[in-house]
Amino acid sequence: MTKGMHDIETIRKQFPLLHEKINGKSLVYFDNAATTQKPQRVLDALNQYYTHDNANIHRAAHSLAARATEYFEATRKTVQQFIHAAEVEEVIFTKGVTESINLVAQTYGRSVLKPGDEVLITGMEHHSNIVPWQMICEEKGAILRVIPVNDAGELLLDSIDTLLTIKTKILSCVWVSNALGTINPVKKLIEYAHTVGAVVLLDGAQACAHLEVDVQDLDCDFLAMSSHKLYGPTGVGVLYGKRALLDAMPPYQGGGEMIQEVTFAKTTYNELPYKFEAGTPNIADVIAFGKAIEFVNETGKETLSKIESGLMEHCSKGFDSINEKYPGTSPIVRIGTAHKKISVQSFILPAMHPFDVGMMLDARGIAVRTGHHCTQPLMRHFGLEGTIRASFAAYNTEQEIDVFIQALENIVRHSNK
Amino acid sequence: MESRLFYLMDLGKKLPVMNDIHKTDEFLIKGCQSKVWVYPSFVRGKLQFEADSNTEITKGLVYLLWSVWNNRTPEEINATDLYFIEKIGMQNMIGSQRSNGFANMIRQMRQYAAVYAQAPKRA
Repeated sequence: MTKGMHDIETIRKQFPLLHEKINGKSLVYFDNAATTQKPQRVLDALNQYYTHDNANIHRAAHSLAARATEYFEATRKTVQQFIHAAEVEEVIFTKGVTESINLVAQTYGRSVLKPGDEVLITGMEHHSNIVPWQMICEEKGAILRVIPVNDAGELLLDSIDTLLTIKTKILSCVWVSNALGTINPVKKLIEYAHTVGAVVLLDGAQACAHLEVDVQDLDCDFLAMSSHKLYGPTGVGVLYGKRALLDAMPPYQGGGEMIQEVTFAKTTYNELPYKFEAGTPNIADVIAFGKAIEFVNETGKETLSKIESGLMEHCSKGFDSINEKYPGTSPIVRIGTAHKKISVQSFILPAMHPFDVGMMLDARGIAVRTGHHCTQPLMRHFGLEGTIRASFAAYNTEQEIDVFIQALENIVRHSNK
Repeated sequence: MESRLFYLMDLGKKLPVMNDIHKTDEFLIKGCQSKVWVYPSFVRGKLQFEADSNTEITKGLVYLLWSVWNNRTPEEINATDLYFIEKIGMQNMIGSQRSNGFANMIRQMRQYAAVYAQAPKRA
C-alpha cells in the first residue's frame, strides 16, 4: 500500500456513515460541499456531553456547569488558533455562515450604510451572501453591485476600480465557490478594498475545510465559517471579526447572556464575545465542533488537500475518457474550470437534465447534488438552470470515482442510443 | 433500479408532443421538483390530456398516468385503482419527496375529471 492509500484508509476508518448501504448499494458520498460526514470523535463528543457533561454554561455555580463552560470555551480557543485570530474574543459562535453574514449585515451594515453607499458582492455568491445584503441595502437606500464572472468561473477583475470605489462601504466575497470550486484571490481583493476604505467579509464556508486560514495574514475584517462543512455538526458556525469593529457594532439579538445589567429603564450589554451570543448556545455541538477541528489539525490540512487534488485529477481523467469515446461531441461538459480550485466539479450532460442524471447516479448509491446549489445568479450566467456537482473529501477513494465514471458512461451510452 | 429509470425515460419519449401554448404556470403541477404540465380538454364526453415535463424521468411518470387515463370518461378516471404504483415499487424508485409530486399529478388529473364530470352532457 502506498502512503497515500494508507492515509485515506486511516481517515476513512474514522467515519462510520461511509460504510452504510443506501438502497442496498455501498454509499459513494460525493456531496461534501453540501455537508461533510462526521468522524467518530465528533459523534462521541455529542454523546459524551449529554451523558456526562450537560449543564448550562457561564456564571457556573456548580462543578458540572463549570466543566461544561470549560469545554465550550476551549473550543473557542481551538477556533481562534485554527484561524489565527489575534484574540479569542474575536471568535463569535453563530448557527453557521448564513447567520454570521446576516449578523454583520444587520449590525455593521445597518449602522454604517447611508443612502447612495455601495455594497459589493460577486456573481458567484451563495444566496446567503446575496439576500442579507439585498435586504439591508433596501432598508438603508444603499446600492448592491456585483463583480462579474468569466466563462471559466473566475472573477473578472479588469474593471475592479469601477466597482470598488470610495462609495463602497462593504465588500462581501466568497473565498471558495460552492458551485464551481473556484478559489478567489481574496488577499489581493482585501488589500484593494482597504485602500478605498471598505471593510471585507469573507464567506469561508467551503474555504475553511480546504485551505489554510490565517485571518491576520489575510487582514479580512470578518470571516464566516460553518462547522458542518468542516466535519463538525450542523447548527454551529463562527463569525470572526476584528475587535475594533465588533466593539463598535450594536448587538444582534437581545436576550440572556449578551447583557451586563438589565433594568426596565435601560440595559447595558456584555463584552465580547458574549455581546453577540444571546441565549443558551448549542453547547454540545460547539464542543463537538472543536473535535472536528482537532481531527483536521491531526490529519493535517496539507495531507487532506493532497488527497483531494489526487481525487480531482482522477475524476478529470475519467471525464476525459468518456468524452474521448464520443469524438466530435462532448457528453460531459465541465462547469467551473478556474485555474485555482478545490475538489469540487460541477458538470452537465447536455443531453440530459441534471435531475435525471442525479437520480440515475442515486440508483447506484452515488450521492451528488443537482440543481442551482443556491447560486441562481451564477447558474443564469452560464445559461443553466442547474448542474450536477461532485464534491470530494479526503475520505473518498479512486475506486469510488471509478464507480462514478462507470455510472456516467452508462448514462451517456443510454442517452446516445 | 437503474434499468427501471432508463425504462421510464424511454416511456416518456412516447408521450405525444404538448402544445407550447398550454405550458403555462396555470397548468403546472404543484409540489414537483421538476416542471410538469398537464393540460386537459373534454371531447365527446372523454378527457384528453396533453402533458410534458422538463426532466425525462418525470416525463416517464406522467406517461404512465397518461397511458391509463387519456381518452377516458370522468367516471372511468374516478373509478381507477392505480394499483400498479405500489406494485412497481414507486416509493423506492423515486423516494418519498418525489412520490408526493407524483401524487399531486394524480390528484390534479382526478380534479380535472371531477370538473368535467359536472359539465352538461351532449345530447
